Amino acid sequence: MSNAPVNNGRRRFLTAATSVVGGVGVVGLAVPFIGSWNPSARAKAAGAPVEVNVSKIEPGQLIRAEWRGKPVYVVRRTEEVLAALAALDDQLKDPESTEPQQPVYATNAYRSIKPEFMVALGVCTHLGCAPTYYKGNFEEQVEGVADGFYCPCHGSKFDMAGRVFQSVPAPTNLVVPEHSFPSAGTLLIGVGPDASTGDA
Amino acid sequence: MFANLMAWIEKRLPLMDAMNKHAAQYPAPKNFNFWYVFGILASVVLVNQLLTGIWLTMNYEPSNEGAFASIEYIMRDVDYGWLLRYMHSTGASAFFVVVYMHMFRGMMYGSYQKPRELLWLFGMFIFLVLMAEAFMGYLLPWGNMSYWGAQVIISLFGAIPIIGDDLTLWIRGDYVISGATLNRFFALHVAALPLVLVILVFLHILALHEVGSNNPEGTDIKKPKGSVPLEEQSKFQFHEQYTKKYDIVDAIPFHPYYTVKDLVAIVIFLIIFCWVMFFAPEGGGYFMEAPNFEPANGLKTPEHIAPVWYFGPFYTVLRVIPDKLLGAIGMFSAIIVLFLLPWFDRGTVKSIKYRCTAHTVNLMQFAICFIALGALGTMPATPINNMIGTIATFGYFGFFVALWIYSKNEKTKPVPERVSG
Repeated sequence: MSNAPVNNGRRRFLTAATSVVGGVGVVGLAVPFIGSWNPSARAKAAGAPVEVNVSKIEPGQLIRAEWRGKPVYVVRRTEEVLAALAALDDQLKDPESTEPQQPVYATNAYRSIKPEFMVALGVCTHLGCAPTYYKGNFEEQVEGVADGFYCPCHGSKFDMAGRVFQSVPAPTNLVVPEHSFPSAGTLLIGVGPDASTGDA
Repeated sequence: MFANLMAWIEKRLPLMDAMNKHAAQYPAPKNFNFWYVFGILASVVLVNQLLTGIWLTMNYEPSNEGAFASIEYIMRDVDYGWLLRYMHSTGASAFFVVVYMHMFRGMMYGSYQKPRELLWLFGMFIFLVLMAEAFMGYLLPWGNMSYWGAQVIISLFGAIPIIGDDLTLWIRGDYVISGATLNRFFALHVAALPLVLVILVFLHILALHEVGSNNPEGTDIKKPKGSVPLEEQSKFQFHEQYTKKYDIVDAIPFHPYYTVKDLVAIVIFLIIFCWVMFFAPEGGGYFMEAPNFEPANGLKTPEHIAPVWYFGPFYTVLRVIPDKLLGAIGMFSAIIVLFLLPWFDRGTVKSIKYRCTAHTVNLMQFAICFIALGALGTMPATPINNMIGTIATFGYFGFFVALWIYSKNEKTKPVPERVSG
């Protein structure tokens, strides 16, 4: 070996060049394998917007819609519930909704387009369980608060705008999905008022 | 005729030589105790999982619509389907029992120390793949606990800043856990990971046979060549791979001496295994959880999401840390510190018998904390449980910190040169 007529410089160059070309090939080959794990066209289609008739919801009532397989809570909030929200600010982690858990058009005191309708994913921001709606009996969980949401998994609590209380495991407010009201009694989940369709 | 055939094969592929090297002429310390049976038991369970697993795929249907029903079909309509499934599900729990015992043995006798660090690392990778196998396998029955358990664990990746949400979407292959997730978990569970597991086990054993087994005394049975008088060397014939470099003392051939001993352990293990399998296959709700007897339902969270018992310790660490990202980091750190054990321990004395008292106390508190964390992981997160869990988490990580500190200048007892008796 050692006394064979070898041009080491050329050998190194060829080895490096072959390795680089091979490496590019490996990266290229990885694309389809990794890409095939993305949501398929069918999954994307199944994630299309969902229309909900909200005209028949009673005041204080919660209905569950299903969008992209996730529960969406739609609550028709009463004047009293809306009025009680502001008083909770000092008990909440993010009362001003500074975290981007809602579309820009729902970044307001009620976290909604129409104050009357709360629209939020019924998915706890801690580990994805479904919080339970406590209508009128939320006193059990938070003193002096009539209504709210309590997650049975790890005890996270949310107010009637989906805002998270302090000292619970959930880090952020409930997610408000992109939604809009094409007509007075119709809620469209998955599309914003300006027809944007991003993931909220 | 037969001898000729064997010779013909041997010349082309030295099978008998490999058998001798790794079994009939492999020098194993003569003082192995009870704790040394769990490696073999883990292999037995591995074979059980592979066999029953292959048979289960013959009737299982990995789809959103069909998965839960196909499990019921296996349980009710397929001849012996219930048995094969219970062998597999009981095997999963048994796997973790024997592997945890196997790991604890290594910790007690310092089997991770130099020169066995790589052996320990292969073992830890096996443990990691095993956890992935168990996690993905638990999704396949497509019961409600399967679904929500996976939901909790996959959402952990969502805690990673910036890429978290896209990463969870990519792992699920859908906006929620769906048939797409189920299918890829099935593929990984039955093909990719078992392949990796078997290769790792192969490497684990090769690495073991290169450096040789440790023993309860932590002594070296391979002495420098020419340092031991012939009459003090082991009387057995060992493979020249070992004898050409070393004088072997206090050793017996793995086969037939330990194969026979292990056979006894296997029989006892199988008696216990069969008792669980036939009389308590659900393990009192710890091997199979009650919510898993209803189909996966993304709109209905089980009242109390608990992992299967073997994930309990790590789940508790996740839960007692109030921040989501830090909790996830804490949980993964609890596994990573185990990988790094050979470097946390700066001592040179292996066996707990000859190490300082602090080490015994430390290892015992670690074992207690680990069991406490495991028990808490299956219980609801009440304030008192969280408090105990926090203490146990400190105990768990504290073991490694304390070990690193006292092992530097440890006051040890003299280690005998030879195994006595």
